[in-house]
Amino acid sequence: MNYISSIGLYLIMIKDTFRRMTKRKVLWRLIFQEINDLILKSLGIVVFISFFIGAVVTIQTALNLTNPLIPKELIGYAARQSILLEFAPTFVSVIMAGKVGSYITSSIGTMRVTEQIDALEVMGINSLNYLVFPKIIAMLIYPFLIGISMFVGIMGAYLAGVYGGFLDGAQFLKGLRDDFIPFHIFYAFFKTIVFAFLLATIPAFHGYYMKGGALEVGKASTTSFVWTSVVIIITNYIITQLLLS
Amino acid sequence: MIKVENLHKSFGDTDVLKGISTVFDKGKTNLIIGQSGSGKTVFLKNLVGLFEPEQGYIYYEDRRYQNLSASERRNLRKEMGMVFQGGALFDSMNVEENVKFPLRMFTKLNNAEMKNRVQEVLERVNLKDVNTRFPAEISGGMQKRVSIARAIVNRPKFLFCDEPNSGLDPRTATVIDNLIQELTKEYDITTVINTHDMNSVFEIGEKIVYLQDGHLAWEGTKEEIHVSENKDLTDFVYSSNLFRKVKVAYQKGL
Ligand SMILES: Nc1ncnc2c1ncn2[C@@H]1O[C@H](COP(=O)(O)OP(=O)(O)OP(=O)(O)O)[C@@H](O)[C@H]1O
Ligand SMILES: [Mg+2]
Repeated sequence: MNYISSIGLYLIMIKDTFRRMTKRKVLWRLIFQEINDLILKSLGIVVFISFFIGAVVTIQTALNLTNPLIPKELIGYAARQSILLEFAPTFVSVIMAGKVGSYITSSIGTMRVTEQIDALEVMGINSLNYLVFPKIIAMLIYPFLIGISMFVGIMGAYLAGVYGGFLDGAQFLKGLRDDFIPFHIFYAFFKTIVFAFLLATIPAFHGYYMKGGALEVGKASTTSFVWTSVVIIITNYIITQLLLS
Repeated sequence: MIKVENLHKSFGDTDVLKGISTVFDKGKTNLIIGQSGSGKTVFLKNLVGLFEPEQGYIYYEDRRYQNLSASERRNLRKEMGMVFQGGALFDSMNVEENVKFPLRMFTKLNNAEMKNRVQEVLERVNLKDVNTRFPAEISGGMQKRVSIARAIVNRPKFLFCDEPNSGLDPRTATVIDNLIQELTKEYDITTVINTHDMNSVFEIGEKIVYLQDGHLAWEGTKEEIHVSENKDLTDFVYSSNLFRKVKVAYQKGL
């Protein structure tokens, strides 16, 4: 019952977020601010993680390919598939649930406990639109971040594969192009967009409706991380089932 | 003018406001006093529409809040300014941006006009050279004053202050009290102030409402307090020696 009412409240929040728009000039400033805070400030960690995950995936695949009958290209192929389909969109999104998610929950939660949200409401401003809408719009750029993650991940794979002495560059690049299915790109970016929406809204929900003081802001951030990642994982399963099988 | 009729507000099982009726006149500084936990903040939040009362009505001039549509309520809110007990400044904005915020949201003033207006109110609350500082970088008393500046910058018709001078030194507190009273007169604002501060009561208490345990236990002017027979009120007001002496002096006609 508790979960059902939370889901109901979440849906109402989404609906209210798109009502009574804030003045456009103010909104643009907020959106640029959020692009900076949510996307640009995540670039470093995403590049770092993607590079090493790409590298490790390649080493693991290479070490497990002991049968000489299996062509070495398969290493490039496996790296591409796993990075494009899962590591970049899903794994990075779970990391982002920690980084961007806890930032959103704690910043909105702090505004709640220090009555800044009340101050907005007293002025007659739709605080949900003011606070959450710019985050949703900023997260429309999130697929771009995941695109970078894919590129860097494959670069990590290439370097680890070729300079680790597992295969040569030409083999890797051939594997990278083998059996390429364009629909997979659609699938990966489709789910990225869905995750982007979840990453903006679930943490916002936990911050906006929290009660208590500074201690509770910390707790809300943790809860928010758990729920955002759980929902991302389940959504990933559902989308994969629907689109790929 | 704000008229309150039989206002009830509870949270779960606890009744906080138990039927309050009173009138706050325009151009007057109306004070709400009462012990910590007596419901002052909850009362004020009902007046600004942050809480919905379970029962009772609030009139702003001739508008009954409970009859207004959502957009009429929003327009009414644009006529209100509120100073929160904790300041409620926007952390992400510096002092100037905080004060400018209502202007940017609700007026068509250009940047230079907004800047002028902001400068004017910041000077009125005695704040200089802090425009570019963030709320975390100024003292609690300064935050209070920025909060007052933000509340008055768009010339509200109704001004609500939740303990505007708590945490201020006595001199600044008096300056703030007088400032609020001046503005109230100058722009003919209906001002409602929550306070613990007996100095404020005797400085600017044109009307005083004493809340006790969710009831309106007494109301009157600062002069009437000195001759009041209400024991709870007099115990509350004269808990300090100094004000007992003030009372004696008043009764002797000094
Ligand atoms: N949001 C809320 N939910 C539940 N109870 C509340 C809420 N806000 C206030 N209360 C309760 O209402 C009562 C009155 O609180 P209120 O904050 O109005 O007191 P106050 O007179 O402003 O006190 P102070 O002078 O300390 O600020 C308290 O018992 C408080 O616990
Ligand atoms: Mg209070």
